[in-house]
Amino acid sequence: MSNGSEKTIEVVKRGLGRRYRVEKRFRLYGVLAIGISLLFLALLFASIIARGHSAFRQTFVKLSVELAETEFDLNDLDRANYQGLIKKTLRGEFPQVKSRSDKKALYSLVSSGAAFKLHDLVTDNPSLIGQTVEMWVPADDDVDMYYKGYISREVPEGDRRLKDNQLVWLDKWQAEGKIEKRFNTIFFTAGDSREPELAGILSAFTGSMLTLVITLALSFPIGVAAAVYLEEFAPRNRWIDTVEVNINNLAAVPSIIFGLLGLAVFINFFGVPRSSPLVGGLVLTLMTLPIIIIASRASLQSVPPSIREAALGIGASKMQTVTHHVLPLALPGMLTGTIIGMGRALGETAPLLMIGMVAFIVDIPQGFTDPATALPVQIYLWADSPERAFVEKTSAAILVLLAFLIAMNLLAVILRNRFERRW
Amino acid sequence: MSFTLVLTIVLILSLAGYRLGKGRAAFVAGRDKGQRLHSRPAYYGLLTALWCGIPALLLLIVWGLGEPLVIENLVVAELPAEMRALPENRVELLVNEIRNMVDSNMVAGDRDEALSRAADRYRQLRITSGRLGAGLVLVLANFSIFMVRRRIRPAMKARNHVERIIKVGLIVCATFAVFITIGIVLSVLFESIRFFRIVPIHEFLFGLKWSPQMSIRADQVGSSGAFGAIPVFAGTMMISLIAMLVAVPLGLMSAIYLSEYANRKFRAVAKPLLEILAGIPTVVYGFFAALTVAPFLRESISGFGFDVSSESALAAGLVMGIMIIPFVSSLSDDVINAVPQAMRDGAYALGATRSETIKQVVIPAALPGIVGGVLLAVSRAIGETMIVVMAAGLAANLTANPFQAVTTVTVQIVTLLVGDQEFDSPKTLAAFALGLVLFIITLILNIVALFVVRKYREQYE
Repeated sequence: MSNGSEKTIEVVKRGLGRRYRVEKRFRLYGVLAIGISLLFLALLFASIIARGHSAFRQTFVKLSVELAETEFDLNDLDRANYQGLIKKTLRGEFPQVKSRSDKKALYSLVSSGAAFKLHDLVTDNPSLIGQTVEMWVPADDDVDMYYKGYISREVPEGDRRLKDNQLVWLDKWQAEGKIEKRFNTIFFTAGDSREPELAGILSAFTGSMLTLVITLALSFPIGVAAAVYLEEFAPRNRWIDTVEVNINNLAAVPSIIFGLLGLAVFINFFGVPRSSPLVGGLVLTLMTLPIIIIASRASLQSVPPSIREAALGIGASKMQTVTHHVLPLALPGMLTGTIIGMGRALGETAPLLMIGMVAFIVDIPQGFTDPATALPVQIYLWADSPERAFVEKTSAAILVLLAFLIAMNLLAVILRNRFERRW
Repeated sequence: MSFTLVLTIVLILSLAGYRLGKGRAAFVAGRDKGQRLHSRPAYYGLLTALWCGIPALLLLIVWGLGEPLVIENLVVAELPAEMRALPENRVELLVNEIRNMVDSNMVAGDRDEALSRAADRYRQLRITSGRLGAGLVLVLANFSIFMVRRRIRPAMKARNHVERIIKVGLIVCATFAVFITIGIVLSVLFESIRFFRIVPIHEFLFGLKWSPQMSIRADQVGSSGAFGAIPVFAGTMMISLIAMLVAVPLGLMSAIYLSEYANRKFRAVAKPLLEILAGIPTVVYGFFAALTVAPFLRESISGFGFDVSSESALAAGLVMGIMIIPFVSSLSDDVINAVPQAMRDGAYALGATRSETIKQVVIPAALPGIVGGVLLAVSRAIGETMIVVMAAGLAANLTANPFQAVTTVTVQIVTLLVGDQEFDSPKTLAAFALGLVLFIITLILNIVALFVVRKYREQYE
């Protein structure tokens, strides 16, 4: 007997080294798995920040434009040839440029937005006419890319977006201090544009906000009401079971299906205007509703039954118990869930593509029925654009979107830590 | 009058109704001495407000929805006879044109005389209808205030009434989810049935060629439109498979480490960081896949002599896998934590090491829950749209090579429906048929997964 048990111990001891090595290796796999996942996260952020940070500064060119009185009709300032004035100024800078193609190359150094800027300057302040104004105008996106180091002088001229003579002109400007990188306000104050240097996120951002207003206004009350009914009033029966399965299931339906629903029902059947924040908000409501209901139910469940019993015990009706006691206690949890749902809605793209919110929107939408686009859709559109400059715009727009999402999630965390009660 | 204005007035009237009802209750209580009010005065006010607001709002909504239909019919009926005799879809186009003229406030210029007259008529009808609707809504609101206020007596059970109304409201909200599901099924189903009338269902499900570009004119060169969805399904499966090959090992091992090995501090940091991966919008992943991962893969794998497409299934699948990691890990974390500690203790008592306990006791016990979680993750991968739209291809190749471009169901839905579309062409309807397949597959996966997870939870509770 003792002989046998000794043998067992020996067997165990012999295997022990191997088993500990397996143990160590298994543990290493775990660390590796987490490490790789976090590495991907870091890579994602690093690549987007690396591509996007430069978009917040933009290259501007200083021009001294002579506003000769002969160019303007004082009664109709809109009619003046602002583009012509900019071109004349550019020709004045480099009098030696004569040939047609050289002139064209010269004009293309500054953005077409320069003329609009001049127009705004003059119409806002007509007394400038007759003087020479100095103004900083956005440079063309190729120039911008050159100064950000994305276009190299080493590349042979034929493959380069900026030609040799353009580089000579730019060098002269730079030597005179007429080229400067400044904070890019256009990016935050303009709508979409075909010219990367004039494109901004404001219209998409406004569209997103209008859409979220609709989503919040509909999904929060409906979601909370549904959760209250299911948690506090619903009888346990087959019908309620069906409703619950339905809600859990809706939370897992692919978002693009909601887009199909929006297209078929809201747009084609009810005639809600296409591309509008209204229809976008309706579709996102359907998507966020299950999230809010599930979070609200969890929050209601965490209110201890003793609170309900106490209220019922002193003669409150069921409805009074819920509205006066249970709901206020559950509200912080519900709000947290709602903010998380709103974050999901803010980042959602696919269903919005289905309902026509994928559009070239220059103007800032003014109301719920104006054509609009949303921030993630704008990102998608820019990501498809061929110009090199749109890559950094896309990344910058992503950074703005991520900043908003992080802020919303932080708010949810703060709210939870501050108001959540442990019973 | 504008919709918002009427809405505001109705809300103000409801508020007034509340004050009136409350005041009336206090008054009748004072008048009929000896009879105590059944409910607190606020409930009488609430009752009046609800009766004022709800019917008026319902009328407002019905009016708003019905108005365009009625006006259109009236306008069409007044069009010249030769226009009305046109086929239905042409008439539809005319109506659209009229609507555009109305919305853009175009003045009758070189437009068709009859159309501009119709547009004028439309505008005029809309103004009349707006006035009439607003008037009716406001009369209704006032009338209800008057009626309820007159019936207020001390014996009236205002609280019970109010609570019943609120409860009905709650029930309506709770059943909303069911209506959404019904809406999804109906909207997708009807269009799909129309599609299957044009393209036989077996050809759609088992055909090997997918090229939905239809020629518009008969003599046009190019594709005749083939709707065999097998290449699309195969592409979806391949990308999902790659995604799962990334997500399941990484997610599962992360979950095991976090729940079995990691100390509290590490867990508190690593878990939220992993969850960030789940919160990043998919369009960001798409951008990452298309601009960073795909070129990187092409550069690095081309070195080995493989020909890698810039829209390879591998790039899209890999990034999708990253997105799904936290999904798998948090679901597995839940089920692993639900395994009773006693089972682990038993294994330790027999001399098993930690990894042996995990591999031979915890994982087998948690397996049904993990399988459920993985099924949910698969359904997420199949339905994921933006990553594949941005990083996967458009052409439907039937291939098993992950370095080639393939297309997926969701990509096809997006490409078929974005941009100009005519609603009757099989091209547009095909998107709905694909949507139906997608919905059914994810529905089955979800129901099975939820069922498995629930059964598993019950086992250990």
